[in-house]
Amino acid sequence: MIDPPLAVLAELTHRCPLQCPYCSNPVELERSKTELSTAEWIRVMREIADVGALQVHLSGGEPMARPDLDQIVAAARDAGLYSNLITSAVLLTEERMERLAGAGLDHVQISFQDSEPARADRIAGYRGALAKKKRAAEAVRMCGLPLTVNLVVHRQNLTTLEDLLTMAVDLLPQRIEVAHVQYYGWAIRNRAALMPTPEQVRSALETVERARERLRGRVTIDHVVPDYYGRRPKACMGGWGRRFLNITPSGKVLPCHAAESLPGMVFETVRERTIGEIWRDSPAFDAFRGTSWMPEPCRSCERREIDWGGCRCQALAITGDAAAADPVCDKSPDHVTLTSFTNQALAEGAPDLVYRRYGARAG
Amino acid sequence: MPRLARGVRTRFDPTRQKWIVLAPERLFVPDEIAFEIIRRCDGTATVGAIADDLAAAFHEQRHVVLKDVTALLSDLAEKGVVVT
Ligand code: SF4
Ligand code: SF4
Repeated sequence: MIDPPLAVLAELTHRCPLQCPYCSNPVELERSKTELSTAEWIRVMREIADVGALQVHLSGGEPMARPDLDQIVAAARDAGLYSNLITSAVLLTEERMERLAGAGLDHVQISFQDSEPARADRIAGYRGALAKKKRAAEAVRMCGLPLTVNLVVHRQNLTTLEDLLTMAVDLLPQRIEVAHVQYYGWAIRNRAALMPTPEQVRSALETVERARERLRGRVTIDHVVPDYYGRRPKACMGGWGRRFLNITPSGKVLPCHAAESLPGMVFETVRERTIGEIWRDSPAFDAFRGTSWMPEPCRSCERREIDWGGCRCQALAITGDAAAADPVCDKSPDHVTLTSFTNQALAEGAPDLVYRRYGARAG
Repeated sequence: MPRLARGVRTRFDPTRQKWIVLAPERLFVPDEIAFEIIRRCDGTATVGAIADDLAAAFHEQRHVVLKDVTALLSDLAEKGVVVT
């Protein structure tokens, strides 16, 4: 018996007016002509509920770039799903916000690049981004929807975390998320420019702790500490094929949004089979589900059903073997390689950023 | 008078045959007692009234119930699921 997934990340499009250098989208962005149609996304929302998932995160790229977003939201609502819009918000006008709220959207998450306009716009590669985001946050509030402010942090803005939090609090969100850049997709190309120092990570922990004390009962702050300075990996997506699935703009069903970086994997699409069939029985989901695929040191480790061996994409990126233990783990023979990559990224200082673009040749 | 925070809702999940609490980035399956408490957080009942009601419904001593209710609610408030 395979447990049903809890949540689905639906990447509605890879189109985005912004160009964040840490974007987690694959470097090969999917083109708009391959995107699922409105009718297909509506069917997909039903299938997501049918397989047993409860939450759908509508993401991208920029999901607002889809003019049919309210229809997709309405389909999620009709299927009984809790819907969360993950947006950069530069396209989120008052008028569109009202339509989305009317369609039954449950929650909005807006990401911010910085608290200082020039720096924010530089990272986003978009003029006037910060001002638009703030207006959008206000529009979310006016519609009575709960708001999460997502602060994307990295070496170039961590020293101003205090200011970022102040800006976030002023937007009156229910929840603030301090999210360290994760190094896959475009972010790998920019690792040397973005990797925080160990001191920055430590001081971020203290800053967040102080803010939590100050804001107790008013706003929740989530802070996911990056694992590249850790000794034990996190369970990636709660374990491969256990909690979560991801749908790409063209309808590929993935166990994790970076899974396409794994060579030799074939991902089925919602045009071929239902999500339920793919979830329960497909080579990609079976590949690393459970523990039977594990080599040592994971196979005999007492944490194998806690972290499920960590992240497959990180294992591949660092060790060259997708089935190896996540090199964040200090039981991994490649742990030293990861440490040296991290140190190297720090030593290289801050080279120019490579911005996310269609057809850009990165690194 | 505790109530569910904005953006938090409960629903019965036919797949799992269980009540689920849905919140932004959080989703959990409360045990039976927790759900009975959450269900009563409608913004009109005080913590004391919730404890009275539960003590009567489950034939438990009120001070024991009150302790559980207070502990659960402060945990849920911390997580942003309930506002008091
Ligand atoms: S990370 Fe930036 S570029 Fe990537 S989808 Fe989000 S807003 Fe667009
Ligand atoms: S050996 Fe494998 S299962 Fe054990 S802690 Fe390390 S990564 Fe996790």
